[in-house]
Amino acid sequence: MSPDTNSAILRLQGVSKQYRDGPTALHSVDLDIRRGEIFALLGPNGAGKTTLISIVCGIVTASAGTILVDGHDAQADYKAARRRIGLVPQELATDAFETVLATVSFSRRLFGRAADPAYVERLLRDLSLWEKRSAKIKDLSGGMKRRVLIAKALAHEPELLFLDEPSAGVDVALRRDMWTLVRSLRDRGVTIILTTHYIEEAEEMADRVGVIARGRLLLVEDKAALMRKLGKRELDLTLVEPLGQVPVELAEWSPTLEHDGHVLRYVFNATDEHTGIPGFLRRVGDLGLHFKDLETAKSSLEDIFVDLVERER
Amino acid sequence: MNLHGIWAIYRFEMARFGRTIWTSLAVPVITTSLYFIVFGSAIGSQMREVSGVPYGAFIVPGLMLLAIFSESILNASLGIYMPKFTGTIYEILSAPLSPIETVLGYVGAATTKSLLIGLIIFATAHLFVDLPVAHPVLMLLYLLLVAAAFCLFGFAIGILANGFEQLQVVPLLIVTPLTFLGGAFYSVQILPEPWRTVTLFNPVVYLINGFRWTFFGQSDVGVGISLGVSFAFLCACLAFVTIIFRTGWRLKA
Repeated sequence: MSPDTNSAILRLQGVSKQYRDGPTALHSVDLDIRRGEIFALLGPNGAGKTTLISIVCGIVTASAGTILVDGHDAQADYKAARRRIGLVPQELATDAFETVLATVSFSRRLFGRAADPAYVERLLRDLSLWEKRSAKIKDLSGGMKRRVLIAKALAHEPELLFLDEPSAGVDVALRRDMWTLVRSLRDRGVTIILTTHYIEEAEEMADRVGVIARGRLLLVEDKAALMRKLGKRELDLTLVEPLGQVPVELAEWSPTLEHDGHVLRYVFNATDEHTGIPGFLRRVGDLGLHFKDLETAKSSLEDIFVDLVERER
Repeated sequence: MNLHGIWAIYRFEMARFGRTIWTSLAVPVITTSLYFIVFGSAIGSQMREVSGVPYGAFIVPGLMLLAIFSESILNASLGIYMPKFTGTIYEILSAPLSPIETVLGYVGAATTKSLLIGLIIFATAHLFVDLPVAHPVLMLLYLLLVAAAFCLFGFAIGILANGFEQLQVVPLLIVTPLTFLGGAFYSVQILPEPWRTVTLFNPVVYLINGFRWTFFGQSDVGVGISLGVSFAFLCACLAFVTIIFRTGWRLKA
């Protein structure tokens, strides 16, 4: 089957997972990943991110659903599907007594590729591992081990790379290097799916973001659109005298009354150039509304999760 | 066929063997020498011949299989248990390898190690006794058959084990007793009844006697039955490992 550049490189249809004697980890997930994009799967711990990745990679068996990797069924045609996938796991699972070069060369062959010392050298240089090629993995730092896992995942030149919680236990320098590497991979045409519970990571790298919680994929959106949602902020004015209703003079800001009229809340978009705060406060002053406290709050990713999960119920 | 993948696993496993080459080789040599001193010299000096074969030579096939059984199970079970224990199994499970390819890599390497150890014991035995081999080619094939079967068995144990102590249970509690009671150091013929008949229910009797036949051209039991039992054991292990991979039992959630 020839790859169609317009089609999804990964297509999940109705993928579910029910662990034996355990909770349902995934509820009928449908998801299309576009060729060449960086997709961030965001969710709190235990949301089902790793389960989803593990199913696509063949480490966990799905209870239901179909998975197509570049048009190849991940069950019936698993060899063709898996050859296209590289996985950097969350845990630092390595063969302690192997050298860096040996373990990366091993991964390449394991995935059915003939040895290519030039490619492996370039890969190790890109990841600043070349100097350490003869070192045993047990002698490397945690950050270096993570680089080794990335090199192993890229050793067979996959088209689709999974990064499961890439910044778990990683220092700032490595995180930055990793982001640079991810972008350069994308420029070479590699599609990247990363899981994270850090909104900053998704913000920094992703083209699109999927939010998953309690095994359900709650939304999939372009990053820009999600950031607008995340960019919602609230301004709370605690009034000296409670109000019975919002004065019509404030209608253009559409504020709401909270706490039995004691709090006047204005929700605005922090990413807009003009937040409307100065005008709003001026009008409040003109109306002679006195307030004793002023507070602003940002809607966090957590709030979004809670919102989305509540809405699901 | 993912030949590169099979070769990668095979080489990885052989490298693991290579890192411990001296202990891997010294242990069977020393153990065999001890058996020769205790059984061959001390007891053998009283026994002279069993079924027309000098006692020192008579115990060699049994000694070789005793080591092959335990080394095969140990090597093959550790080979697959270690990745499970350290978590590196993720890479094997996500690789484009069929179950048979995975087994060929792991069990192939473990079988190679077992064969090497068997041959080292064979060579060591020559230091102590005259050791004629009636059917050298069949001897090697038989050794291969038994090593492959026990490596498959060990591989299955490695997949099923939930802890290091569980790796030891089957070899220590089942295989070693059955081997000692299976005529490794004596001929079944010299046992009084009912023990002679009881012993014939021990499958290891057939494995050892079949192997002994390739050396001396004689056996307590029919060679055909011995071969049959060996093949049956190999097929049973193969079927068991196939079921494990088909269902993902103890391998995949």
